[in-house]
Amino acid sequence: MKKNYKKIPMPVRYAINFVLLLAFLLIVNALIENKVISRSNSIVVVSIGINIILAVSLNLATGYLGQLPLGHAGFMAVGAYSSAILVKNIGATWLTIPLGMVFGGLVAAIFGLIIGIPALRLKGDYLAIITLGFGEIIRVVLLNIDSVLGFKLTYGAASLKNIPKTTNFINTYIVVIITCFVIHTMMKSRHGRAILSIRENEIAAESCGIKTTYYKTLGFVVSAFFAGVAGSLLAGNLGLLNPQSFGFMKSIEILVMVVLGGMGSMAGSVISATVLTALPEVLRAFDTYRMVVYSLLLIIVMIFKPSGLMGKYDFSLSHLLEKLLNFKSSRGKKSEERGS
Amino acid sequence: MARRDIRAPFIPERDKDKTPILECVDLGIDFGGLTAVDDFNMTIGRTEIAGLIGPNGAGKTTVFNLLTRVYKPSRGKILLEGRDIESMNTIQVNKAGIARTFQNIRLFNELTVLENVLIGLHNEMNYNLLSAVLRMPHFWKDEKIAKNRALELLSLFGMEDLAGQKAGSLPYGAQRRLEIVRALATNPSLLLLDEPAAGMNPSETSELMENIRKVRDTFKIAILLIEHDMNLVMGICEGIVVLNYGKIIAKGTPEEVRNDPVVIEAYLGKKGDVPC
Repeated sequence: MKKNYKKIPMPVRYAINFVLLLAFLLIVNALIENKVISRSNSIVVVSIGINIILAVSLNLATGYLGQLPLGHAGFMAVGAYSSAILVKNIGATWLTIPLGMVFGGLVAAIFGLIIGIPALRLKGDYLAIITLGFGEIIRVVLLNIDSVLGFKLTYGAASLKNIPKTTNFINTYIVVIITCFVIHTMMKSRHGRAILSIRENEIAAESCGIKTTYYKTLGFVVSAFFAGVAGSLLAGNLGLLNPQSFGFMKSIEILVMVVLGGMGSMAGSVISATVLTALPEVLRAFDTYRMVVYSLLLIIVMIFKPSGLMGKYDFSLSHLLEKLLNFKSSRGKKSEERGS
Repeated sequence: MARRDIRAPFIPERDKDKTPILECVDLGIDFGGLTAVDDFNMTIGRTEIAGLIGPNGAGKTTVFNLLTRVYKPSRGKILLEGRDIESMNTIQVNKAGIARTFQNIRLFNELTVLENVLIGLHNEMNYNLLSAVLRMPHFWKDEKIAKNRALELLSLFGMEDLAGQKAGSLPYGAQRRLEIVRALATNPSLLLLDEPAAGMNPSETSELMENIRKVRDTFKIAILLIEHDMNLVMGICEGIVVLNYGKIIAKGTPEEVRNDPVVIEAYLGKKGDVPC
């Protein structure tokens, strides 16, 4: 049975995915341009994108690597501030916007490295507490300093204002795709398998010759990088940054998205980030009961599907197409047999 | 029959003129005041199947943990192909050529059988992260070679049809076999098997014996196994070391060990002992 299984060749798979992603981009962009999606709703669409990046990157550290970092908002803050300061001071052009994102990501990644090396020696609760502490340190430091090396840059509690509003649907969408693509291709390689093996059994991973410390740090740093990129998108979306918005609750919010979607499922993270960002907006009509419904939904999912909406399952369009293709052809064969 | 000197090396005839794959010299480890292993001298030939036996708690798994550097020895040294492994850690020891399985199976349960073997092949591939993310030709080439190699190794144990299944869902015997395949994937020159036949029925055990022999003959590697199933040990091992209370009490061919009064005493007690 396996031998007759039709497979879609790799280039065709990439082409199908690329065309569909491009079509989605053009459609949604046209809807925004023609005001079918209102200005306020398009901001929601952008924040869905940002939350997808945050959830997918946190999923790398929790779902794939199996650690429990609680300081994701800290990395996001570092990325947001550093890219905002850069873009604000050198001006927003087509070149500096991506440069700002990469810069924000890199600074967050450096912080990830500094935190990761000592923190990843610890396991479980201890790692959670260290990263939690880190997130709080970032918030408190940003709240209390208004200048760096004598330059008035961060403005402390008064918020960093007048950041060029560079984030729009198109660049958010592109970054979302790049994030998902990079993390997906990384996970489907020997490096990704090494990261998964650490989650599954660290002792066995070591006995297979896998440099566990290196791969733990790698997963953590890549996760921090994309959190930083998401932060820089957020800065360009809001135009102002206040340290208070990067508190502990923001980290928890992202963690809830990952857990609800299913730890270790990228599709799950994308779906739950979308739903959990859109839901409060959709429920605005029932203003008073908004948070009740939101919380109830979380409780219900956790009771009936503790592994999250998608579990560890990852959606693949090509696999689905392959299944349909083979289903049809096997039915065709059966009817042929009956005919003869 | 004279007892063999337990400090003298013992290797099969055909490996005599080659450097032994492993030499343990006066190896010992203390946990606090407790001496778990002491005066451990063992030599394993290039293509030998050696056995390490002894009553429960004798220190057999501790020896494995010493060889793979999970524990640092308190005394003595370990030479792998004549090279001291003192400065190495677990990962480097694996790269240097020692692979192992575990007494309590440690598979990557949520991953497929194929992925488990591919993780064993991790260091056989050498593309970097960038070529993985950008899906460069180097990535495809290495992945393809690794996948074929993994299927080839699985087919050695008749498991190629299980490649797509989750490792955790396999029956017990298949999980034990998969652990051996994963260890073999790291391309070892010495394979350590910790109770490979535990929980297997007699027919599975005899199949395992065939497989162990086949592995040795195909890969020309040395195998050291811990086992309580005496049929298996006596059936395939060429040299046996008996451990009791952390010390070697006998060494030699299966025939010699089986008839050794000291060994019989360790397992069954002395004649005239008051049974309790």
